[in-house]
Amino acid sequence: MSTTAIAAEVLPEVSAEPLVAASATNLVRRYGEGATSVEALRGVSLDVADGKLTAIMGPSGSGKSTLMHILAGLDRPTSGSVLLDGVEITNLPDKKLTMLRRDKIGFVFQFFNLLPMLTAEENVVLPLMIAGRKPDREWVDDLLETFGLTDRRSHKPAQLSGGQQQRVALARALVTKPKVIFADEPTGNLDSASSGEVLELLRHSVDELGQTTVMVTHDPRAAAMADRILFIADGLIVKDISESTAVEVLAAMQEVTGR
Amino acid sequence: MIRVSLKGLAARPIRAVLTALAIVLGVAMVSGSFVVTDTITKAFDTIFTSSYAHTDAVVSKKSLVDYSNSGNGTVPQSLLVKIQRLPEVGAAAGSIIDLNNDTTNTKLIDRDGNAIDANGNPTFGFGVDPSRPRFNPLHLVAGTWAHGRHEVVIDSNTAKKHHFAVGDFIDAAAKGPKERFQISGIAKYGDVDTLGGATIAVFTIPTAQGLLELKGFTAISVAAKPGVSQDRLVREIQSVVPGDVQVKTADEQAKADKKNVDTFLSFIRGFLLGFGGIALFVGAFVIFNTLSITIAQRTRELATLRTLGASRRQVLRSVIVESLAIGVLASLIGIAAGIGLARGLTALFDVMGLSLPQSSPVYATRTFVVALLLGVLVTLFAGLWPAVRATRVPPIAAVREGAVLERRKRLGPIAGAVLFGIATALIAYATLGGNLGAGKSLLALAAGTLIGLLGVAGFAPALVSGLAKLVGFPARSLGGPAGQLASSNAVRNPARTASTAAALMIGLALVSFVAVLGKGLHGSVDRALHEQVSADWVISSKNGWSAFTAAAGAAAEKTPGITRSTSIRSDRGRVKNANATVNGVDPTTVSGLYNFTWKQGSSNTSLAKLGESGALVKRSFANEHDLHLGDAFTLRTPAGKPMHLNVVGVFQPPRLYELLGGIVISQQAFDHNFARPGNQLTLIDGNVSRSQLERSLASFPDTKIETEAEYVTSQSSWISTMTNLLYVLLALSVVVSLFGMVNTLVLSVFERTRELGMLRAVGLSRRQTRRMVRHESVITALIGAALGLPLGILLAASVTHAIGKYGVAFSFPVVSIVAFTVTAILAGILAAVAPARRASRLDVLSALQYE
Repeated sequence: MSTTAIAAEVLPEVSAEPLVAASATNLVRRYGEGATSVEALRGVSLDVADGKLTAIMGPSGSGKSTLMHILAGLDRPTSGSVLLDGVEITNLPDKKLTMLRRDKIGFVFQFFNLLPMLTAEENVVLPLMIAGRKPDREWVDDLLETFGLTDRRSHKPAQLSGGQQQRVALARALVTKPKVIFADEPTGNLDSASSGEVLELLRHSVDELGQTTVMVTHDPRAAAMADRILFIADGLIVKDISESTAVEVLAAMQEVTGR
Repeated sequence: MIRVSLKGLAARPIRAVLTALAIVLGVAMVSGSFVVTDTITKAFDTIFTSSYAHTDAVVSKKSLVDYSNSGNGTVPQSLLVKIQRLPEVGAAAGSIIDLNNDTTNTKLIDRDGNAIDANGNPTFGFGVDPSRPRFNPLHLVAGTWAHGRHEVVIDSNTAKKHHFAVGDFIDAAAKGPKERFQISGIAKYGDVDTLGGATIAVFTIPTAQGLLELKGFTAISVAAKPGVSQDRLVREIQSVVPGDVQVKTADEQAKADKKNVDTFLSFIRGFLLGFGGIALFVGAFVIFNTLSITIAQRTRELATLRTLGASRRQVLRSVIVESLAIGVLASLIGIAAGIGLARGLTALFDVMGLSLPQSSPVYATRTFVVALLLGVLVTLFAGLWPAVRATRVPPIAAVREGAVLERRKRLGPIAGAVLFGIATALIAYATLGGNLGAGKSLLALAAGTLIGLLGVAGFAPALVSGLAKLVGFPARSLGGPAGQLASSNAVRNPARTASTAAALMIGLALVSFVAVLGKGLHGSVDRALHEQVSADWVISSKNGWSAFTAAAGAAAEKTPGITRSTSIRSDRGRVKNANATVNGVDPTTVSGLYNFTWKQGSSNTSLAKLGESGALVKRSFANEHDLHLGDAFTLRTPAGKPMHLNVVGVFQPPRLYELLGGIVISQQAFDHNFARPGNQLTLIDGNVSRSQLERSLASFPDTKIETEAEYVTSQSSWISTMTNLLYVLLALSVVVSLFGMVNTLVLSVFERTRELGMLRAVGLSRRQTRRMVRHESVITALIGAALGLPLGILLAASVTHAIGKYGVAFSFPVVSIVAFTVTAILAGILAAVAPARRASRLDVLSALQYE
């Protein structure tokens, strides 16, 4: 299917439904060529609701990470389309993607990916520095305050606990007020207490700031914080449930994996 | 972003310094070379300007011939009177001072009876007129100027070194036998402490004229009357002097005096800078390699920056800023180190026998600018490709575990092969073209070598696994599990190992080139000398190449017990517009002691025909001037006297080390036409002992008595001296590559932290860990040797081929090559010390959790 055809199909939807922050249509991602090729995504379509926390769950190798990478413009699909804030991103050149990352996308990583030589505060304002913007002092101070980092602002990552580092990473993702934050296993490298804190803050930023967030996770407790949970298996969305408890999520997860 | 990269550097200071070190030495060499040569230049400037401090014009004989043994001509005493009478002249004085030629060669003799002649430095014997102090470049520090025939003033440096004081007696010898003088005073020349290692004896003018067998003055210094311009003064004097006399303003004269020295100094400067260049070239490899590794290790960090919105351009800029910072840091350290190195270079020249005058160090702005620019540009250039690679890190690498840079199809081997092909063509052009001496060929050779080294570095990754198997054999078979691990570690990242080894390869290729060529040259020079001379004893001047007074030769030849002997005179003359060396031989005694290789004529016929106007010419000289047996030509002596000569024989000595010059005439004709005749050699056969000859020559300190073998050894000793100097200077680039090896190992250990933890967890001991790192280092070093040594030998072989017609034969220096291989192994062990210690001290638990 050609991209123009996809655009024609999805455009009216975007204009009619402003509450969609991002959407994907018929995503297929194949790795390798010929007989040895593997399809990580086999035709996935979804809408990411504006101002909501969407969780993507699935077993290892299900394609959930690939889906997020493509939604975030880190990877390109073999076919299909992604609209982010109304812009088709699957064929954007590198420069446009860079601008998109500056303005519309925030990332939270499993391993925090803080720059070790910068202080917590410097890490938080790094995206603004890169974009050549002057940080809004009040906003940065607010963020640090909310994230409990005020007295840690001049610490280097190595001097912070895992939970603190992930809070810095979260603040860094929020600092540019992006359209969507993509969080890749944000609790995957944290103990349960720290996980709880980080998830609280994630939830808080959705509720208080209306921050659209997409989160890939293994952790049923994390998924339970979401407004909507998508289950992926073998490259397809197999279950789509709204707000659930951890127990329900676990059950759904077992059902999906058991298939 | 710039702050990010600078902070990144500051956060890893050791890595930054290690990287910078690669370029520090090259920059130090560059700035050191400038400081040394600037300082010497200034010292010479001071010497030459102070010669004419209160002088407006200088009158001297026009120089017809360069580097004459008998020195430049003199101007007659009568001319002084004529000049003094000119209305424009305020004052004028004659002197005997010549810093440029051997004219005033006078040996002072120390308390043990040996001539004071450190390392062949000049030994001056001046005559000054103390009644005209304004023209006297010397000033007394003690005592009075010499009066009469038996007094002398000596320079303060010699007085201090050899413990002479005013009132002491000292022997001195010039053209005649040595004589005893009383020291009336101690003096200094101009404002410098020493004239290098030169000694100065200052006599009255008549004494100097007598000792040096000179008539007149070497120069007349003139001061203008107030109100008379220098130009006008020069014009007026010019109108009264004969055509073969020149008049120059003091500045012009100083400039002319300096010419030879300037040529020499700019050669030295170029020579030293060349080695700075080589060190920078090697440094560029090291920087390239280190930055490539650190970029690879920072893949995730760079990718994270990209996900946060950094553009490729920003990433490029951040890496360039990083190399810029390293370059600036390195250059600044290098410039500072260069100031220290300048002292080292001076000491090195001293050891080499090249004592040059010193003044306080000169730090020219140019030194800093050039050194800084070179250091920064080389670093930037070396960092360019790693920076481009950094921009290719995809943002998704931020989330992928163990993400590696996407490998494009490797162009290295192909580019390397192409470069190597070009290099081979250039070297073939240079060495097969037939004329290596020509500038174009030398340039082609240098360019070919450089490109060839780059080429080999390009395809080295393809050779690494094969070579590692070869040189890693001992490690694998003797090193146990550690050796086996080391062997496979070495080939894990062939590109990295290859470029680490390539840095060492450059240094080793150049030293082996020097070794092979040096050995070939040494053997050939020895052969050439033995071919020419067959005598029991060879008498030459103290330094082995100046002429010594003919009187000394005559005295030696009178030693009882001599069966046969001959003296060979030597000076320079002029044929048409070219200078030529002229020798005077005794036709009745020369054959058998000096062996002619005849092209036309023979010893019996040609030598007999020499007489007053016969000449033997060297074949190359004959070809150049289109001379054949029986042809006539005119030779001018340094004094300008014409000699009309006929060719009576054509000979060709071995072209590598010709003892005789282009023209050989009879001794009788030589002595009739050349002023102040001097001997190059006196050759003696017979049943005489060294002590007998020493006794005969006791009054002539500027002589050296050697057997033929000793003579040959001392004549060719400059080759070993030169080879050693080159080794010392090339060692610099080997040290640079050593830093490269340390860098690579440190970074590899850092990169393999988790793996090392695992190895330790499954039972690798600390000792085995150290051994593993050490073996890997040695294997890398040996790969460098395996690439570099054959390259150097091949290059030397082709150069030897090119200069084969000069009698240089290829000679394989087994000992040196083994020594270089051992050096490479030691370098490998040395480079591994710190990284191995670091690897063995890793805490197993935290290493396992490291990410």
